[in-house]
Amino acid sequence: MIRFLFKGLLRDKHRSLLPFLVTSSGVMLTVVFHAWMTGVIGNSIEFNARFSTGHVKIMTRAYSENISQSPIDLAILGTDSLKDVISVQVPDMDFAERIYFAGIIDVPDKSGETRAQGPAMGIGIDMLSGNTAEIERLNIEASLKNGRLPSQNKEALVSRAFADKLGLNPGDTMTLVSSSMYGEFTLYNFILCGTVEFGTNALDRGTVIADINDVREALNMENASGEILGFFRTGKYNNEEAKAVSDRFNSQFSSENDEFSLLMKSLPQLNNMGFLVEYSDKLQGILVAVFIFGMSLILWNAGLLGGLRRYGEFGMRLAIGEEKGHVYKTMMMESFIIGLFGSFAGVLSGMAISLYLQNKGIDLGFAMKNASIMMPGVFRAQITTASWYIGFIPGLVSTQLGTMLAGIGIYKRQTAQLFKELEA
Amino acid sequence: MKKLVAFFLLLPGSCILQAQFPDGKEILSRIDQNMTSENRFYSSSMIIHGRRTILTFKLKTWTAGENKSFTEYTFPVREQGTKMLKLDDQLWIYSPGADRIIQIAGHMLRQSVMGSDLSYEDLMEDSRLTDKYNAKVTGTEMIDGRNCWIIDLTAFIPETAYHRMKLWVDQERDIPLREEMYAKSGTLLKRSQLSNVVRINERWYPKKLVFKDMLKEGMGTELIIEEIDFNVKIADHVFSKASLKK
Repeated sequence: MIRFLFKGLLRDKHRSLLPFLVTSSGVMLTVVFHAWMTGVIGNSIEFNARFSTGHVKIMTRAYSENISQSPIDLAILGTDSLKDVISVQVPDMDFAERIYFAGIIDVPDKSGETRAQGPAMGIGIDMLSGNTAEIERLNIEASLKNGRLPSQNKEALVSRAFADKLGLNPGDTMTLVSSSMYGEFTLYNFILCGTVEFGTNALDRGTVIADINDVREALNMENASGEILGFFRTGKYNNEEAKAVSDRFNSQFSSENDEFSLLMKSLPQLNNMGFLVEYSDKLQGILVAVFIFGMSLILWNAGLLGGLRRYGEFGMRLAIGEEKGHVYKTMMMESFIIGLFGSFAGVLSGMAISLYLQNKGIDLGFAMKNASIMMPGVFRAQITTASWYIGFIPGLVSTQLGTMLAGIGIYKRQTAQLFKELEA
Repeated sequence: MKKLVAFFLLLPGSCILQAQFPDGKEILSRIDQNMTSENRFYSSSMIIHGRRTILTFKLKTWTAGENKSFTEYTFPVREQGTKMLKLDDQLWIYSPGADRIIQIAGHMLRQSVMGSDLSYEDLMEDSRLTDKYNAKVTGTEMIDGRNCWIIDLTAFIPETAYHRMKLWVDQERDIPLREEMYAKSGTLLKRSQLSNVVRINERWYPKKLVFKDMLKEGMGTELIIEEIDFNVKIADHVFSKASLKK
């Protein structure tokens, strides 16, 4: 029976080609769209987490209220002991201290006079302890364009565009002009050891990256940090777990009456990331619903068109005694075969495109210049397990649903009318 | 008609009220005689009452006229040897740690000194009020048991740091005991209280000044003059960039 139907589909292209093309292209689009959105959202969340928010972030309450200014005067004090305590209390997380600061990079000439100056945003991270995941987390090694990573104190990296603007080369001395944690005017010399490029405008404009202990010395922040970022050791953000950890921490360390008490926020509460996390959770459901609804409508219409074209055939078959239920059943089986092959073809072509987008990505840096949240410049798709079934199952279901709706017409045919129709 | 009659009846009274107050410019001139000098040296302690901590700095300052000033930090150890040179509207800061001289100019001079409530202009300028402000006495008030004139000052030089000031001036000693500094928009920028007024030679001088930057959190900054000498001889080389690295 199936073989018979299969042959019919192959020989009568009008019966199979349009539904096949509709199903396969719909499935392909769904697979590509899912992989693309998963990649874009996932990349943005992880990018923000690694560079800015962590999976959770600890700050003082006062710092949290002015977080956009990274106010180091409101930094956390006594971070050594705090880190020890939270590392024991939350063993599933790796905690990293960071200092985000602002200042001016002043480049001296041979006589020590200012040769070039530019505003800089700085990040102080653990680069020299020998037991740090920060270099990998910020992808610094791969982003290195020139020179090398800091290997000793007072060495720093600068974004390539900034170094070019200031005429800086590895080995050159540059002076950070800034304010200390207590508001004192500070000058601190760094030696440029390399330049980096992250592919995102926010970071590539004027970033300085140095070891956190040097930044502490420069900004008079002994045993203090602007922020402590927590990362799940699995590497993946877990919203429920992050919320539970934050609640536990805040009940122990936070007090509304003390502006310098500590506050832990989870990723969705930072950098306007809430909508991305929420959207990410709901993405699959939205995609499946939209796909099944849209495709069912298209395939219903394709089925109706096919039904019209095969009006005579169905009439003949009913006239020679075939049961309406049997005609309906064969239509459903045909659509199942079309759905199966169409979905399969759609998944294969969709995966091929997604794989290309995953490896090559699309550079949308030009559109991200004024983005309020930190976004990577190159967006990539991400193929996940769901990519294999997110289009396949709806592809099958929608072809069946479309045929079911279109095939209802068979039951409306009146046997008495069939011969008149055939005679005509 | 009634209004016209009332106007003419009140006019002599208002003239009498005006006449009771001395000329604002005259008071400013007497304040300048007390507060400014051709040159001076002073050592001071600057105590900054921040949001979390209290920081103390010790400084030595040499000033000549309105445009030349040189300051050296002697405490704390971290800041020891940090020097600032101000010539006209340019300021150079030397940090011994970095062995660099950095220039600050223009509006940056209105930035806070070491996180205090004072700007570089507040700390390093010794300009005469009469050169910048028109003054009008608007009333009297008792401050710390002393009769004071309330004087409204309006800048006639556009680039003046504070467009308007309000002073409470000790009627007897011609020293402001309270000051309020306003922006052109009318926003109160700073408030200061001057106390511990002592007689030094022919002049009165406040040895304790408490500044509060109203746009900043914190409890204000105290500037305590420990030693002050007016019209001392200061060598010209003090006000040169070469002296920063010495």
